[in-house]
Amino acid sequence: MTRRKTPEYGFETRMVHAGAQPEPVTGARQTPIFQNTSYVFHDADDAASLFNLQSFGFIYSRLTNPTTAVLEERLASLEGGRGTTCSASGHSAQLLAFFAIMEPGDRFIASNKLYGGSVTQFGKTFQKFGWHCDFVDFDEPDAITNALTPKTKAIFCEALANPGGVVTDIEAAAAIAREAGIPLIVDNTMATPYLCRPIEWGADIVLHSTTKFLSGNGTSMGGAVVDSGLFDWGQNDRFPGLAAPEPAYHGLNFWESFGDMALTMHGHAIGLRDLGPTMAPMNAFQTILGIESLAMRMQRHCENAMKVATFLENHARVAWVRYAGLPSSPYHARAQKYLSGGFGSVFTFGVKGGYEAGLKVVESCCLFSHLANIGDARSLILHPASTTHRQLTTEQRDTAGAGDDVIRLSIGVETPEDLIRDLNEALG
Amino acid sequence: MPETYTDTEIMRILRETKTIAMVGASAKWQRPSYFAMKYLQQKGYRVIPVNPGQAGGEILGEMVYATLADIPEQYEMVDIFRNSAAALSITQEAIALAEEKGIRTIWMQLGVINDEAAALARAAGLSVIMDRCPKIEFGRLNAELSWGGFNSGVISARRRRIS
Ligand SMILES: Cc1ncc(COP(=O)(O)O)c(C=O)c1O
Repeated sequence: MTRRKTPEYGFETRMVHAGAQPEPVTGARQTPIFQNTSYVFHDADDAASLFNLQSFGFIYSRLTNPTTAVLEERLASLEGGRGTTCSASGHSAQLLAFFAIMEPGDRFIASNKLYGGSVTQFGKTFQKFGWHCDFVDFDEPDAITNALTPKTKAIFCEALANPGGVVTDIEAAAAIAREAGIPLIVDNTMATPYLCRPIEWGADIVLHSTTKFLSGNGTSMGGAVVDSGLFDWGQNDRFPGLAAPEPAYHGLNFWESFGDMALTMHGHAIGLRDLGPTMAPMNAFQTILGIESLAMRMQRHCENAMKVATFLENHARVAWVRYAGLPSSPYHARAQKYLSGGFGSVFTFGVKGGYEAGLKVVESCCLFSHLANIGDARSLILHPASTTHRQLTTEQRDTAGAGDDVIRLSIGVETPEDLIRDLNEALG
Repeated sequence: MPETYTDTEIMRILRETKTIAMVGASAKWQRPSYFAMKYLQQKGYRVIPVNPGQAGGEILGEMVYATLADIPEQYEMVDIFRNSAAALSITQEAIALAEEKGIRTIWMQLGVINDEAAALARAAGLSVIMDRCPKIEFGRLNAELSWGGFNSGVISARRRRIS
């Protein structure tokens, strides 16, 4: 009996092919944009099976859409997951992921080194659902374990954290989560699956703001919940949304009916259906196009970032540089373990002279765009303390690596000498 | 190590099967077996339910039989929706009936794995698939699973024929 496995394709092949076979009706090679809200049923029985989730197919684009489905499968393939639920933004992906897992009064543990928007979403806005986030220092041994309670339903971190060049010990966090019987959720926005695949290190769920490197062109908001399909939602009674009869779906038990597809089915059939943050098909298309060049862009982003970081580290007016690619970074060794092919392109540095001097550099750049985003093909510059991390307390800002003197760069794919010249002139 | 199967092998089995005896079929709409039966019917398969507790009744328009032997017709596949231990005796029964009923494949559902049953069936010349769902495999290989955002593992630049 032969057991030849279906061939495993490489990253770059999946980057352009996964999820997108030629469209069978017309033969169109590029993924069509299904700018369409609703889908005609064959008959009443077909409609009933679709609504009961007994057959695969499309009902209404708030739940699923053929263009978005291509992006979902592509991300699942690149991350090594079972399935993906895309959403309107990275923040709504976070909402969808926790919505499937949490009940009012539940808690989760998150790293205190996170994108500032996530700190606010978890710490303030999620409170309104009765969800409580315990922020701890993931580099502190036992900090995660000590924060566990019977009500804790998940552990959350970023693989490579925005903006501080912090790399999380994913394996260690995964071991704690496994022991506690709860999922590890990893935001992989900054590293992208090209540099890091958290599922390979034990993550159960991977989240993305596809707005960043995945789209890569600054055109389209988007988010994704990639499920590994490996978490056993029935191992305890702590996940009634997934492993008990769901009142919002006439008592369907998602875990029993869909097994390793449960979270992704829930994400569409309950999460998107009832909360409604659907990704627009046009945005899905733009993101699919972006991903077609992900590997090549990431290589270039990382090479450029290394050149710029090295230049800054040697500049007389620069006080410090935090980039996991530099041997001076305390995260350099860990970065070499978890990231392959580069160290990302977002990092921070401080100018001698603090707040005022920093702001002046930001305002003096000609080639770096002063805006609040990362992962664009163009280089971006920002002063987090006065923008993205503004809502945080001084202490939270310092922990997140976004103190007063911090300048954040997101290095693009331009000619590196041009970027260095621009910064050199801005530093004066 | 879980067994792996080539897409070609699974496609061959799904193509040469017309009628499926589903052991452990349930009349409750929320049960996975009901989902699978309904889906496979829509894809043109005849699915005959086997369930001693419900023998004589009907599921999705098909008469329920108590045992494989009771089914008065030919069927190429036995799809086992029971626990792994029960798969052995069901497989033994299927092997004994294979010639009379035209059985060619023993298919054990997701989570159902019985290596002893698999070895016996293969020795008797039957194909064996374990720990898979024919609904999911059919959907996966026909690009329908992809519609739900799932990773089908299928990469192809060929244009599919639509029937
Ligand atoms: C690491 C990280 N996660 C999540 C988000 C939120 O994503 P979005 O802006 O797409 O809602 C961002 C956005 O800056 C981010 O940088």
